[in-house]
Amino acid sequence: MRHLATWAILGLTLTFLIGPFLIIILAGASDTEYLAFPPQGLTLGWYFKVFTVESFRASFVLSMALAVFGTLAALLLGVPAAYALNRYDLPGAETLRTVVAAPIIVPGIIVGLALLRYMVVPTGVTVTAALFMAHTALVLPYAVRVVSSSMNNLRADMEEAAVLLGCTRLQAFLKVVLPNIRGGVLAAFILGFVTSFNQVPVSLFLSGPGVRTLPIDMLAYMEITFDPSVAALSALLAFMSLAIVFAAERLLGFSRYV
Amino acid sequence: MSDAFVKLSGLTLGYGRTVAVPALDLSIREGELIALLGPSGCGKTTTMRAIAGLLDPSDGTIEIDGRDVTRVPANKRGIGLVFQSYALFPHLSAHENVAFGLRLQKLPAEEIRARTEEGLATVGLTGFGKRKPAEMSGGQQQRVALARSLVMRPKVLLLDEPLSNLDARLRLEMRTELQRVQKETGITMVFVTHDQAEALALADRIVLMREGRIEQLGTPADLYARPETAFAAEFMGFENIFRTEGAAVVSDKGRLPLAAVPQSPILAWRPDAVTVGEGPHEGRVAAASFAGAHREYVIDSALGPVKADAAIELPEVPLGGTIRFDLPLATARGLAA
Ligand SMILES: Nc1ncnc2c1ncn2[C@@H]1O[C@H](COP(=O)(O)OP(=O)(O)O)[C@@H](O)[C@H]1O
Ligand SMILES: [Mg+2]
Repeated sequence: MRHLATWAILGLTLTFLIGPFLIIILAGASDTEYLAFPPQGLTLGWYFKVFTVESFRASFVLSMALAVFGTLAALLLGVPAAYALNRYDLPGAETLRTVVAAPIIVPGIIVGLALLRYMVVPTGVTVTAALFMAHTALVLPYAVRVVSSSMNNLRADMEEAAVLLGCTRLQAFLKVVLPNIRGGVLAAFILGFVTSFNQVPVSLFLSGPGVRTLPIDMLAYMEITFDPSVAALSALLAFMSLAIVFAAERLLGFSRYV
Repeated sequence: MSDAFVKLSGLTLGYGRTVAVPALDLSIREGELIALLGPSGCGKTTTMRAIAGLLDPSDGTIEIDGRDVTRVPANKRGIGLVFQSYALFPHLSAHENVAFGLRLQKLPAEEIRARTEEGLATVGLTGFGKRKPAEMSGGQQQRVALARSLVMRPKVLLLDEPLSNLDARLRLEMRTELQRVQKETGITMVFVTHDQAEALALADRIVLMREGRIEQLGTPADLYARPETAFAAEFMGFENIFRTEGAAVVSDKGRLPLAAVPQSPILAWRPDAVTVGEGPHEGRVAAASFAGAHREYVIDSALGPVKADAAIELPEVPLGGTIRFDLPLATARGLAA
C-alpha cells in the first residue's frame, strides 16, 4: 500500500515536471497551421521554420548576449562580494546579504516596471542598457550564493601562506583562491545563464523598437501568429538548457554547488 | 654569530582594543632553534604572526639581521611560516606547492626544478612530487609545508605547533626530522608548542610565555632544573607546589612541618622528589597507577593531594591504605613568590 502511494506521488511529480515538456515537443510537431494538442499529423517543418523568423534570430542574439555578459558582470561583482562576505567580519554583512538577495524576493515584474519608470524614462538610458543592468542584478544573488558556498571551506591561512611566499594580496586571490572556487564560479555562471536566458517578468517592460529578449519576442509573436513554431522554439530552448545543465553535471558535478 | 639576529623590542600586539602581548622584548640568535612554550591563549601564535608580518604591532619594533622590518610587508620580509593547519594549496601537486614561491621570484625553470626537488629530498619526499595534498598523509603534508618554506631560504623559519596534528609515533619521528633539518640548513627557527616535553627535547632555548609576557627564558636544562616561578615550575612538571611558613609548608587545607626553616617563600617537588614508604608524614592513597619503572601515587595528606612516584621495588599500597612519605628539603626547588 505504502509502495503504491510512493509510486503515485513519483508519477504525479514526473507528470507535472516532464508532462508540459512533452506536450510542447509534440505540439511543435503538429502538422497544422495553428497550435494544436494532441498534434494532428507529425512534421518537423515548424522546427525548421523557427530559424527563418527574422525577429527570433535578432532576439535570440540579444538574449544570448544578455545571458552571457549579464552573468559575467554579475560574477565580476559577485565573486569579490562573496569573498568579502566570507573573509571579513563586515559590520553591515547581514544587511548586504539581504540587499544582494533582494532580486530573488522582489517580483521581477516590479523590478522591470521600476527600471522603466525610474531609469529608462527619466534618464534616457537605452532599453538595451537597462536590460543588461536588470539581468546582471537578477543573476547577482545566485552568483554570490553559489560562489559563497564554494568558498566556505577555503581557509584564510592558505592566502597568508601565499603572501609569505611572496604574493601580493591580489596575486594570492588569483593564484590560490580562484583556482579553488573554479567549480563554484562555473556553476554560478551556468545557473545565471539559464536564469537570465529564460526570464520573462523583468524584461516584459523593457522592450523597445527592435529590442526584445527572446521570451518576450515569443509572447509578441503568439499574439499575432498562432502557429506551432512557438512550441517548437520552446522545445528547442528547453533542450538547450537541458544540454547545458547536463554537460555541467558531467564535467563539474554541478549539483554539488547548488 | 650575532646575539640578536631577531630582536623584538617593546613589541605590543592586540586585536582591536584587547592587548594580547604587552611590550615583549626578545632576542633570538642566528642559527638557533627556539621554542615559544606556554598554555593555549598566551600569545604564541600572535607573536609569531607579528614576526612574519601578518599582524601589525600597535607598538614596538622588530629587527631581523640588523634591519628594522616592523613596517616591511609580509611578502617582502623573507620569513617562512609553517602553519598549524599546513595551509597547502589543494589544487597544486606537492611539487607545485614547493615550487610556488620560487616561481613568483621568476627564477630560471631549471633552478626552480632543482631547488624544488632538493627541498622535497630534504624532507624525505623524493618521488611524491606528483601527489596532491589530499592524497597524502598528515605527516607527508606537514613535510611538504616544511619544504615549501625551506626552499625559499628564509632568514627565519617559524613553525606554529608543527607537531600537534600528528599522532604520537609520527610526532616523535617529525621531532627528530625537524632537528636534523635545522642542523643541516642552519636556518634560525622559532617553533610554537604547548607541550613542554617537545620544547625540552627540541629547542636550544625555551621562551616560556604566560599571558603575553615572558615568564622565563633559558636552555631546556635550565628550565627543567631551575624554574624560577610557580608557573614555570608547574609547567616543568613540579606537581607539588606549596607556600612555606616558618619551618612548615602550608596549603588551603593545612600544613606539614619541614626539617628546617627554608630560604624560599615557595617550595616545589617533582613527584620523583617526594620520598615514599618512609618519612615523618602519613597519608591515604587516593589514586595509584603503574607506570613501568615506578608507581604513581596521589596521596591524600594534611596538605591535600601530594603526587609521588614510588620505586617499583617498594611494596604496593592499596587504594585507601596508609602510606608514609616525606617532602625533603634537599630535593625541593625554591621559588620566588
Ligand atoms: N583573531 C583574534 N581576534 C581576537 N582575539 C584574538 C584573536 N586571535 C587570538 N586572540 C586572543 O589573543 C590571545 C593570544 O592568542 P594566541 O596568540 O592565539 O594564543 P596561543 O597561540 O598561545 O594559543 C588570546 O587571548 C586570544 O583569545
Ligand atoms: Mg596558537
